[in-house]
Parts: sequence; C-alpha cells; structure tokens
Amino acid sequence: MADFTIEAGETALVVMDKKTKREDMVEECVRKGTELVQAIAVSLFNLPSTEDIDGPLVKLPPPTMKLPREKHLPKPKPPTKWELFAKAKGIKKQKKDKVVWDEQTSTWKRRYGYDRVNDDEDIPIIEAKMTDEPGEDPFSKRKAEKKKRVKKQEKNRLQNLKQAAKAGALPSHIQLAATALPITGTQAAPKKVAKDELGNVAGLAATATASGGKFDKKLPGEKPVKKQGKHRKFLPVVESSGMGRQEKEQTDKVLSKIISQNSHEILNIDKAVSKYTVKKEKNRKNQQWKSSTPQAS
Amino acid sequence: MLKAKTPKKGRIKRELEKRAPKLVETGKKTLILQGTKMSRVLNAVLADLYHLKRESAIRYTRKNDNIRPFESGGESSLEFFSQKTDCSIFLYGSTSKKRPDNLVIGRTYDHHIYDLVEVGVENFKPISSFTYDKKVAPHVGSKPFIAFLGEGFESVDELKHLKEVLLDLLRGEVVENLNLTGLDRAYVCTAVSSNRVFLTHCAIRLKKSGTIVPHVELVEVGPSMDLVARRHRLPNESLRKEAMKTAKDRPKKKIKNVSADAIQGKVGKIYIPDQKIGDMALPNKSKGVKRERREAKMKNGNKERASKKQKEDSE
Repeated sequence: MADFTIEAGETALVVMDKKTKREDMVEECVRKGTELVQAIAVSLFNLPSTEDIDGPLVKLPPPTMKLPREKHLPKPKPPTKWELFAKAKGIKKQKKDKVVWDEQTSTWKRRYGYDRVNDDEDIPIIEAKMTDEPGEDPFSKRKAEKKKRVKKQEKNRLQNLKQAAKAGALPSHIQLAATALPITGTQAAPKKVAKDELGNVAGLAATATASGGKFDKKLPGEKPVKKQGKHRKFLPVVESSGMGRQEKEQTDKVLSKIISQNSHEILNIDKAVSKYTVKKEKNRKNQQWKSSTPQAS
Repeated sequence: MLKAKTPKKGRIKRELEKRAPKLVETGKKTLILQGTKMSRVLNAVLADLYHLKRESAIRYTRKNDNIRPFESGGESSLEFFSQKTDCSIFLYGSTSKKRPDNLVIGRTYDHHIYDLVEVGVENFKPISSFTYDKKVAPHVGSKPFIAFLGEGFESVDELKHLKEVLLDLLRGEVVENLNLTGLDRAYVCTAVSSNRVFLTHCAIRLKKSGTIVPHVELVEVGPSMDLVARRHRLPNESLRKEAMKTAKDRPKKKIKNVSADAIQGKVGKIYIPDQKIGDMALPNKSKGVKRERREAKMKNGNKERASKKQKEDSE
C-alpha cells in the first residue's frame, strides 16, 4: 500500500492552547482523519474493479512514494558452460516425460531414479567385441566409467557455482566452503600471507605438541622453531668439573648490582677509613709545619 | 578443496530461498525486543504493537543488556538477530531515568543498521481500555489506511523521518490487487507540535451512501499513544541511494542504429557477421564425403597396401 498515496490538501491543525482538553484534541484528530480516509476511499472506489467471490477486487496503481529496500537487488547469475554452448549451437530445451515406455518389460518406467529405463547397471549379459582384451571385466569397466562421468559433472557444477559466486549471484541455499570465498554479501578481499608469517605458522602449530615442537620432523630447508616470549637461561642442575662456580657468580652479580644502585646510601668502610687517615695526616703535617716555624711574635 | 554446502532437506532449501533477496519486495518482518529495564507502560506498548502485527512480527521477551542502538559497538547483537530471524525492522524498548519509556524504531539494510528513530511514549492507552462494538474489530493482517495530519510532517526533519519509518512499520504486505471489502483499519498520526505525534488506531465502518463510494466512519479501537521525538539517525547518502534502487529504473539506453526516414519510416541496418564455416555442425555426417578423409586416403593408400602384402607373406 505505500502503493497508494494522495495529497489530500494541507490540513493545518487548529492551534492548540493549553486549555483544550485531551479528549477534544483526540476527537479533532479522529474527525480530520476520517476526512482524509474518505478522500482516499473516493479515489480507491473509483478505480476499475473486477468482481471476485469475496468482493470487488481493485488493481492498485504503481507506488509513488519510495521506501528503502530491506535487501540488496539480486544480481543476475552468469550463464553456465552448458547454457553458453547451447546458445551458440542453437540447442533448445526439450520437454521430457517422467515415465518412458520400456520395451523389454512392456511397462511404463521412470526416466531416472529407482527402477529406471535403460539402467546401466542392470544389464546381465554384455557381448564381447573384437576390440576387447581378454582378462578385462566389462562390468567393472562400466562402473569405473560411470564414476568418471559423475566426477566430471561434479567438477563442472562446482566451476559453474564458482563463476556465479565471482559475479556475486550464488543461489541462496548454497554456501561455497573454500578459503578465499566469503559466505554472505560483503566481498572481503582475500588476505595474502607474507613470507615470514608463513614461516611462523609451523612454529605456532608446534606449541600444541607436548614437547613444544622440538622433535617434530622438519622438511628440508625449514628453520628451527623461533621461540617467542622471554628468553631465560637456566643453570645446570649438576655442575661438571671445569666450570666455575656459576651459582656463586650469579648471586655475586645480583648483589653487586643492588649495591651499585644504592651506593650513595651504603658506606664503604675502607674508603672512609683511608680518607680519614689521609685527612688526619694532612692536618698533622700542617700543624707540624706550623709548629716548626720559628715562633716569632 | 572447493566444496559446495547444500542443505540436504528440501524444506530448508525452500526456507533459504524465501530469505533470498527478491527483485520486488513484499513485506518486512518486525522484531520486537527489550532492554535491561522495562516499565509496565512500555511492556504494554510492545505487547499491543505485537498484537497489531501478529503474523509478520517476532517478539523476544528476554532482556538484552548489550544492545545500545545509538552507540557504535552496541549494534552487533541487533544485526545478528536481524540475520537470524530475517527481520528488517526492529522495535527496541527500554526505560531509564534520563529516557523514560523509550522506544527505538530501527531499520536494517542487508542486515546492517540503516537508520534509527528514538521516541518516548506518553499517554498510552492499551487496546483493552477501549470499548467498542466487537463486530467492527479489524482482522489480523488487513491493509490499513494511514493518515498523516499536520504540517510538521513536511517541515520538521525528525518528523519527516518518523513519518517514513511509521509508514514502513504499519504498512503490512505489499500487494497489487486489493479487495475493497477487506479494508477495516486506519492509523491516524497527528503532528500536535514540532516534536510530538499523536498516533491512534481506528476501525473502519463502511456505511451505504447513494454512490459507489461508501461513507467512512472511524471508531477508535486500538492503542493510542503520544510519541515524543528524541534522537534519530539518518542513513548516510550512499547507503540511502543503494537502498532506494528499484529493479525498474535502469539507465535509459540510447537506441543505436535506428533512424527515421520520411518516406520509408523507421529504418535500421542489419549487419550480418561473418559465418564461421569451420565451427558449424553439419547435419549429415557421411563418412566418405569428408574431404580430409578422402585426401588422406589417397595419400596413404599406396603405403597401406604395401604393408598389408608384407603381413600376408609372414603368415
């Protein structure tokens, strides 16, 4: 029905002052609404109508007011390979019956499906031809050929669907499950994987194994797994001879670091003592020099 | 590996085909849902609106706290529901201190948010509070008359938008043929002020008059409420253009090769492309007739005879 709009004139409402009660306003609205509806009904009933069982049926004119669609416009699907070929050759579709007369059993049989006419698998005897090699099973050969034909047809069907998906006109009940094809309307650009990303993929998968991918069989040329995260170094549990006392060294390192950071607070006793003695010496020397000078008053 | 996932059952396939985009669209389904806090009034509003749109609406009764239509992140849940239920209009009701009795009417395009209108509901009167003769009660799913009163609908931006959204919401099915006896409801929307719209639903009683056109009488039956326009979000231009496209308006093509002559009338030239004789399929394929075969035989004829003679000798 957005289908039928008429301009019934500008109905300017009476200016509402606060005194008018709500019921009066409602009444006014309904009255004015009736006028508008009457106007539409006049034009509606004057349209040419056909008599139907329930009542007069009217064909509405095309809509004037446009409202937004809820889904995008469907794109026309590209013709399939067979359709193109048929068009080029001028082949037209022939209407086929569901049942066909079978000469052998003298009955009407289905064209396809269970118990069909000319079933390839039902033939009990196959006559040998001159071109046949001995030791070859014609029945299994037929089965193999049928499988090949079915496979080829499936491949062609998928190719047709792929073409349709490329044009954006995939039939609604089919989803193509492939890495590069998105399922719904929006076309997301297929992401190109960079070289280092590809190299890291094997490493990422390796984290799933219990040993972290250390003993996985590697392909020739594959680099060892790059460790991600913090790099830590652990001391051996048992120290072999020849190695210095690594643990002692480690703890010494830590200690000296702490001391150097807080050195302005900590007193270096030896240094302090030596400073003091030096100062004292100096003072004593000065005094001696002073005292050694003649006491000339 | 390229695989095509097709539904195994025919019913699912038919259902999916119903949801596929169509050239000419027939009607939008409405989704009615609510937020974290609801008031009694708003609950009644949603229930009545669901009753009005019975066949073409889906009502969710649980509260959804992650839906915030006007915020950028809060729309994903709505879009998911729209996809799941195939609904392109939604009514989201919620209450807060700042926005009491809040109703957000939104539309989607391709299951993404297209536009939003937020209104506050005041002076709501439910269906049950109206007394009327039950015989005139409108049937479910009948086409309504929609009347807009007041110049506010032409001048004020928000009301213009609200008018469009209300039309979409109350429209019902889009049909070509209409049965005139089945017209029994009317919605009257009045722009009382520049931000307030009075909406009421009436049943139509047709009375006999002298002419073909019957006399129309409106009886208030359904819910009536005041809608106070609060916020709204218009669609951006490119999206609006795309959504408004119809199948009929194609760019008018210039007709080439046609010229009008005074004497002969409409004149056009027929260009016949070169015949690709090599590609054509001949109907009668008699083996001996083919020239290539003949020529080949003539060339090799002597050689073959010579070799055959040799075989016979060896035997």
